[in-house]
Amino acid sequence: MELIAKDLTKEFIRESKGTNRFVAVDKAELTLTGGETAVLFGRSGSGKTTLLNMLAGLLTPTSGSVTLDGQDIYSLSDRELSRLRNQSIGVIPQGQTAIHSLTVLENVLLPFTLYNDLTDDACAYAAELLERLDIAHLAAAKPSELSGGELKRMAIARAAVRRPQLLLADEPTGDLDDENTREVLTFLKELAASGSAVFIVTHENDAADYADRALRMNKGVLTEAEKQ
Amino acid sequence: MFKGLAVKNLKGRPVRTAVLVILTVLLSVTVFAGTVIVQSLRSGLDSLGSRLGADIMVVPREATSKKSFENMILQGSTGYFYMNSSVAEKVERTEGIGDLSEQFFLASTSASCCSVSVQIIGFDPETDFAVTPWIKKSFGRELEKFEVVVGNDLNAFVGDELSFYGTKVTVAAKLERTGTSYDTAVFANEETIKELIRSSIDRGMNDFTDVDPDRAVSCILINTAEGYTPEEVANDINIHNTKVRAVRTQELISGVSDSLGGVSKIVGILIAAVWVLGAVILLLTFTMSSHERRKEFAVLRVVGASRGKLAGIVFREALITCLLGGVVGIAVGLLLLLPFSGLIEQLLSLPYLMPGAGRIVLCALAAVAATAAAGAIAAAISAHRITGQDTGAILRGDN
Ligand SMILES: Nc1ncnc2c1ncn2[C@@H]1O[C@H](COP(=O)(O)OP(=O)(O)OP(=O)(O)O)[C@@H](O)[C@H]1O
Ligand SMILES: [Mg+2]
Repeated sequence: MELIAKDLTKEFIRESKGTNRFVAVDKAELTLTGGETAVLFGRSGSGKTTLLNMLAGLLTPTSGSVTLDGQDIYSLSDRELSRLRNQSIGVIPQGQTAIHSLTVLENVLLPFTLYNDLTDDACAYAAELLERLDIAHLAAAKPSELSGGELKRMAIARAAVRRPQLLLADEPTGDLDDENTREVLTFLKELAASGSAVFIVTHENDAADYADRALRMNKGVLTEAEKQ
Repeated sequence: MFKGLAVKNLKGRPVRTAVLVILTVLLSVTVFAGTVIVQSLRSGLDSLGSRLGADIMVVPREATSKKSFENMILQGSTGYFYMNSSVAEKVERTEGIGDLSEQFFLASTSASCCSVSVQIIGFDPETDFAVTPWIKKSFGRELEKFEVVVGNDLNAFVGDELSFYGTKVTVAAKLERTGTSYDTAVFANEETIKELIRSSIDRGMNDFTDVDPDRAVSCILINTAEGYTPEEVANDINIHNTKVRAVRTQELISGVSDSLGGVSKIVGILIAAVWVLGAVILLLTFTMSSHERRKEFAVLRVVGASRGKLAGIVFREALITCLLGGVVGIAVGLLLLLPFSGLIEQLLSLPYLMPGAGRIVLCALAAVAATAAAGAIAAAISAHRITGQDTGAILRGDN
């Protein structure tokens, strides 16, 4: 698996601030390969989420390209791109992202049920993930009954349930305590060990310890950082 | 379970769902009840046309000036009036008459069968062409003296004995429903009604004290002969006979037709207005969905739902709501229409005959279709709006 971002740029139109055009991500170059964990640091508003969304196929870049195993994902039709994301790209979005009418387990299985291809194997793996992330006892609960950290772990299980080749995590440890943070980072590292490429946006300095590479975003400019 | 998501979304937001269903019930009731009422008025009019059964009706002039004749035919109010048979004979000599038959009217003050006064219509079995063919449908033989046939709405049954002005008559048959004033009338042959008229005069209970029952005629029914139009014959009668008025039944019916057109138009406008209003409210509820809902749609995109799949969920939600609301609406409509059809008839004071089950089913299908169409349009627009947004932008929303 190889993800290549070339010359990736996103401009937003902002009428409130002086200049109309605002460059959130400026000509980012990035290559991620299977088995590798990369962390992205950067100040709030530096463009991390914008970059991650573009890598996920969720935000059309102003210019530049994202290719997954040689396939330019933004040249795909909406159906094809959606299916690709469903099968190959796991996304843990920033913030809370539960479907409130579904239980925790149903939320986690959503990537399968959405395409009607739920298997026993998938159910078993989902149960394993819930166990691993310490929310198995909440499987039948509704999201409204969960804490922020529990919801976050539910979103992680949902992103991982299809064993995606690429896992994009936007502040996956944002709502977690230290112990859970370590647990989640270890879990993501294991995913990488099993062959996936893992990309983690975080403010957690310790996260670098779990990663092969560290990246830094500064006012939309992406650079490779020294690993301390 | 993907299919279940729409259902779960609806269950997960009971208030929103209840509002949507109530709205669609309202929509469906309006379309269903509206079309059934219009249909009922149409069949009432058709029924009236075929019941009148003559081209021209000739009545004493004062009966038309006081509107008592028109009210009797169209609204089922009771009335009676007489012309002398010499006047009738002169009318009957008019050129261009094909069939001709005399009728005799009387109104009872009260009778055991009925809380209100009843219209009694007498016909001459020798010449009658308007009432007999229709009575024959419910009754095989000819009416004997002191036998009557009753309209469908009267609370009297075959074999019952009724008393009009102290004279007893037996019910020989009950007619099928027509939706016209005939449903509350009693029919008798000439011999019988003349006895009844005599009784009413003897008891001093007839407004026409000096009338001789043997020489009294209330109405002459005329079918024109070939080569003559009803208009010509009616005009001819009206010019040469000052004491009577010849009314073309077509004229009578077209009066009803006009008011029917009016009522249909009002009902049509009402249906259209409620439909548009309903569609707009549905659209708003589907589109101005909460931030939470928009975010949930974004999450579905994140886990790989295409625009088509999202639209499918919105459509399914709309369809379920509309079908549920549509069916409940029809049930409510039936509950309103069936027991209260008498009241509706009174309110409209027009001939009103509920159409058969087949027609009602058609109206029901139309109502469900109209409701579903409103839902589908609302769903299409809101699906377009929801899926048109940038998922990344929606996700940012609240952090
Ligand atoms: N849809 C948008 N319209 C206008 N400006 C936007 C939009 N999305 C992002 N931005 C701007 O782009 C910049 C980068 O946003 P982004 O969400 O990528 O930041 P971030 O690095 O993820 O920040 P944080 O750490 O707080 O999540 C911000 O200044 C933001 O205001
Ligand atoms: Mg961010």
